[in-house]
Formats: sequence, C-alpha cells, structure tokens
Amino acid sequence: MSIILDHVNYIYGQDTPLAVAALRDVCLQIPDGQFVGIIGHTGSGKSTLAQHLNGLLRATSGHIYFDGEDIYGKDYDMKKLRSRVGLVFQYPEHQLFEVDVFSDVCFGPKNLGLERREVELRAYEALRKVGLPDELFYQSPFDLSGGQKRRAAIAGVLAMKPEVLILDEPTAGLDPRGRDEILRQIKKLQTESGMTIFLVSHSMEDVAEYVDRIIVMNRGSVLFDDVPGEVFRHYKELEDVGLAAPQVTYILHLLKERGLDVDVDATTIGEAAETVLHALGR
Amino acid sequence: MGIVKAADVVYEYIRRDEEGNVEGITTAVDKVSLDIAQGEFVAILGHNGSGKSTLAKQINAILNPTEGTIWVDGMDTSEEDKVWEIRQTAGMVFQNPDNQIIGQVVEEDVGFGPENMGVPTKEIWERVEESLRAVGMYAFRKYSPNKLSGGQKQRVSIAGVLAMHPKCIVLDEPTAMLDPSGRKEVIRAVRGLNQVEGVTVILITHYMEEIIHADRVYVMDQGKIAMQGTPKEIFSQVEKLKKLRLDVPQVTMLAYELKRRGLALPDGILTAEELADELQKLRA
Repeated sequence: MSIILDHVNYIYGQDTPLAVAALRDVCLQIPDGQFVGIIGHTGSGKSTLAQHLNGLLRATSGHIYFDGEDIYGKDYDMKKLRSRVGLVFQYPEHQLFEVDVFSDVCFGPKNLGLERREVELRAYEALRKVGLPDELFYQSPFDLSGGQKRRAAIAGVLAMKPEVLILDEPTAGLDPRGRDEILRQIKKLQTESGMTIFLVSHSMEDVAEYVDRIIVMNRGSVLFDDVPGEVFRHYKELEDVGLAAPQVTYILHLLKERGLDVDVDATTIGEAAETVLHALGR
Repeated sequence: MGIVKAADVVYEYIRRDEEGNVEGITTAVDKVSLDIAQGEFVAILGHNGSGKSTLAKQINAILNPTEGTIWVDGMDTSEEDKVWEIRQTAGMVFQNPDNQIIGQVVEEDVGFGPENMGVPTKEIWERVEESLRAVGMYAFRKYSPNKLSGGQKQRVSIAGVLAMHPKCIVLDEPTAMLDPSGRKEVIRAVRGLNQVEGVTVILITHYMEEIIHADRVYVMDQGKIAMQGTPKEIFSQVEKLKKLRLDVPQVTMLAYELKRRGLALPDGILTAEELADELQKLRA
C-alpha cells in the first residue's frame, strides 16, 4: 500500500494557550513494501507521525493518501484503514490480557467479525510468523519471557493481516538476542509478505542494519530522508538534534583520520569489515 | 567485607493458581556469591529472565533471599529494622523515569528522600543543590519534571537517590527507554558519581558499550553467575556471550570479524582508538 503525506501539520491542543506544533509541513512518499526507519530524539514527533499513519490522530491541516485515496475524504472507511495499518505500541506486552496466548491473538480478528475458523487460522499463522513455538500457544501470556510476550503482542496485530506495520520501539528492554530475533522476523515480513514497515527506534545500530530508508524527525519536521549511508554521513548534525550515528560510523571516521582509506558511509559491521580489508589491500 | 556481599543467595518465586495452590517454583537466583568493594564500578549483564533484576532488588531489600544472605555495608538485608538504613546506603534507580518522579518541581522531587529521613531543612537544600550539580541538572531545579527529556528525568531520579548520600547506587537498565543523547548523559553522570564522588555503582544494562569502563563485569544466566572478569576479559569471549543471548560493543564485533577474516588482531578490543592502533601496527 503506497502512502503519501502532503503538507501534514498537527497541533496538540489547538486553540488553547498550550498549543504545540508536533508536526510541521511533513511531506513524504512511501512506496509499497519499503522498510522505513523513523528516528528522532524524545519529543521530535516520531510517535505523532506514526499515529497519523493509521488515522489515530487527524492532521490539523494537509492530506494523507493511501493507494491514492484521501483518508480524510467524506466516504473513506477509517475503520477499515485501521485494520490495514497495524500499529504496535511501545511495550505492547502491557496490553496482553487473555487467559492464554492463542485467545489473545484471536481477539483482533474476532472483532473484525470474521468466522471462528478464519479467526483461528489467522491467529495460528500470525504466531508462526513471529516464531513463537507451538507449546507456548496455550500458556498464560504472563508466564512468557519478555521477548516472547513482545512477540505474542506483535502476533496480535499481524492476525489483523495489515498491509502496513508500524512498530514503536519494538526492542526496548530486550536482551541483544531477543532484539535480533524480533528485527529479523520483522525483516522477513517485509521480504516474504511484501509488507510496508515503519520502525520507530532509538537504536541507530538496529536502524542501520535493517532498514532501506531513514526518516529523521526533529521538532516536528523531516530533517533528513535518505538511505542509511547518506543519513549517517550527517552524524555531526544528528548529534546536534540528540541523535547519533551507529558506533561503526565513528570507528570508520577515526580510522580515516588516522590515514586508512576506508569508506565512511558503511553503516553495518559487515560493510565496515569489507572496507577495512579493502583499504588494507587484502 | 565489601559494601555489598552476597553468600550463596537463592531466590525462589512461587507460582500459584487462582485458588492459591502452588503450581510450581521458579528459581530466579541460584546460589550467587559476590563481593563488591566500596568505590567499584560493577556491571551486571544477562538476558531477559537471567535473574539480574531479582538479584538487584535484593541488594535494596525490596526482596529478601529465600536462602543465603546479602549484607549491605555489613547489615544483613533480612533484618527488618535495618530496611530504611539499607535503602539509604544502597539507593536504586529503575528503567522508567516516569514511575520514579513524584515532585511537581525538580528540586522538590530531589528533596523528597532526605526530607523523609528527617534531615534538617537547611541541609536538605544543600544536598539538593550538590546532587543536582553532580548530575548536571542544577540549571533545571525550578522546572516541572514534565518539561524534561527522558535523559534529564532519569538524571533527576539519580539526583534523588544521591541526595540520600548513599554509599552505593544500583541502576536497573536506566537507559532502556532513552534516545542516544539521553543515554550518553545518564552514563556520563553515573561515571562522574563513581569517579568524582566515589559512590559504588552497580549497573544493569543491555547496552554493551555502556560498560567498557567498568572495573568488573558479572554475566548472569539461569540465576547463576556464568562469567566474571574485566570488560576486556568478558568481551574477548564473543562466541560465549552470543550463546548467552548477549552481544559485544560494535568495535569489538568489527575487530572480531576482521580477525576471523585473517587479520592478526588481539581479542577484546574495546575502543575505536585501540582498533586504530592495532591496524596501524599491521600496516607498518
């Protein structure tokens, strides 16, 4: 599902003395099946942007188009949009509530009014997609580990069969393996199901490793919008707005300063190893 | 005896069904012994569910060991009449700053601890000022905590603990919810407390690069201490850490990858400078 944001503005508490502009003239074009990272410091507008993408917040001015249709149009089915765009909030495991994992994942599709068979089929598929083993399906969600809970919660959103998936800090508080497992599963959703994915993250290393494109938010505006290598080239400006580049970027810049002819645009460990070996003539 | 000492500590969670019958027992901490000296900077790593938070909560007497003993500054944490003294000696900072800040104004929040301890008013204000200065938040003393960023709020939480003049501070994933600059601010403040004020620091984290300056690292797995050593010793064992669901800093990983592909590099490189020096040697 392609998405266009056309001069979107959003003001919290409009017409009150506390009005704050949270999005300022945001214009974006997201083609089908892209894996997009959204980064920005606390309060930069990342989450506000994410909530616009499934109609949870309505722009104060501007337009948003999904597959060419204006979602603020009179006849547009907003409820349907929410089932097409899945939003996984921060710490989604806090929203688990059913007696067992399987019933919890069924909750969403059941509310779509689907038949029981279809509901269960979807729940089963979704749990497989997040890599949760069968023996956990009938356990209480509260007995799972942090990473497993998180995956169960993501499965709950996947069972709605969204075409777009937005994840707000899906790896916060997880151990390194748990983080890699979840991000790999998400990447697979993109490559195998062609889903469009938005990853809101504070980890520059994760973003560099997995996404095709990075949108940097600052004070409600888009500061940079490009492939990771290009965005992290501006690491000094990123630091000025409370962000950073992946550690690899700093390592490569230092090596370059010390006379090694490396490509400083490499953003992952693999790419960095390549360019170091190349510079050493190996 | 050090400031924090644990001898064969076991902690068991008892799982019960709805009627209150025992369903099973989870051993979260399993015979852990450690001894932390005053002024040390100790890091505790471990995957989710490895028992590190359960261990940390026992240092502060939020939980009491099922078996074994923990002493904080010589006080047995299971002695109930020592609880307040123990909590003043070993302060604790948690993951989410929003759950720890109660004051409407930064300086009032920081003064809450010493006020409860019955510190005279004049001294409370002195403590508030020095604590806020120690974490670099003095300029924000009149602010409402709501107006602060995550990193700033977390530093206020740390100042709140500091105002109680603890000898030791236990931080349980204090940076998990912060953006990169917030993370940097908090870690800088924590290192300052350790080096300048001499406060013992016990830092639990999932960010490997935050602990390269620690004096000692404990790695937990299944409630036990699986590895211990200096950061260099620990991060030299990339394979073993990966098996324990952990990681190494990116520079260590890059050096490891280069070594695997034939470069003669030592194990456990922790900083970009070290890597640059080693690569320089190879070019000479």
